[in-house]
Amino acid sequence: MDVSYALVDSPLGALVAAVTGRGLVRLSYSEADSDAVLEELARRVSPRVLEDRAALDDVMRELDEYFTGRRHRFELTIDWRLVPSGFARRVLQATKRVPFGRLTTYKDIAGKAGSPGAARAVGNALGANPIPIVVPCHRVVHADGSLGGYTGGLQRKRYLLRLEGAL
Amino acid sequence: MSQPPLQNLIDEHADAVFRFLCALAGRQRAEDLFKETFLSALRAYPRLKDASNLRAWLFRIAQHKVIDEHRRNARRPVPIAELPEAPTCGREEPDESLWQALDALPAKQRLAVLHRFVGDLTYRDVAGALGISKEAARRNVHKRINKLREVWS
Repeated sequence: MDVSYALVDSPLGALVAAVTGRGLVRLSYSEADSDAVLEELARRVSPRVLEDRAALDDVMRELDEYFTGRRHRFELTIDWRLVPSGFARRVLQATKRVPFGRLTTYKDIAGKAGSPGAARAVGNALGANPIPIVVPCHRVVHADGSLGGYTGGLQRKRYLLRLEGAL
Repeated sequence: MSQPPLQNLIDEHADAVFRFLCALAGRQRAEDLFKETFLSALRAYPRLKDASNLRAWLFRIAQHKVIDEHRRNARRPVPIAELPEAPTCGREEPDESLWQALDALPAKQRLAVLHRFVGDLTYRDVAGALGISKEAARRNVHKRINKLREVWS
């Protein structure tokens, strides 16, 4: 199947998770508007979007292990195709390497993505992260210690950082 | 027009397609035909040029599956004492007379009636599934329904 998806329970509410043959392509907090998520996948990846829990086994297992504190590193392969290649992708790939429980800054990620002055653009790229949690944009905060923004709302960012012992 | 996720199509139309196949081929065969229909839909979906009438498109595939299967079976000789008048479907409805009258209709008219009343397709969709005009679809159904009413009463 081109895109398989399932609704996955988590302590942060149900998530819409989708995989392709290449790997995890989307993880969304917008369970209430899953139609919009699926339509976007149909438009941008392939219209062959089918619900298939079995295809999401690995994703569900790793997420479950993460939320119960038994996993600090995701082994899932990522399908980056929803992230525009170039700066945005470099930002998210640099973010992917930030380890569990560690905080980093927008400025630091900007430098790692090759544009040290582009902290604000980093915020935008992270805001459009199609795979939160697994691409841990919640670990990126302001240099002054304030949390910054988050795709799923600040409450979720706080929850994840507490879960990781970073707050 | 971009295509909706395939899952939407299945959620919306699977029941109607299955009913249509049951009416046309009997419940037992309908299950295989149903799987074949959705496998074909799955394969063809990304290449679909015109996504404006997906329900009719799906029913057209289902209809082809029934016809294909019928042809396959027709070529396979089966020793029986007497040739049946119309394709037997192994249906077990209490009253066979309506089905018999339906089976006696020419293929296109039978399909028009089934699409309209079993598949619950609009005349526009019936026309789309059969590749005829909306008016022709309406005429086909009305004429045949009147005929069937006579038989039924």
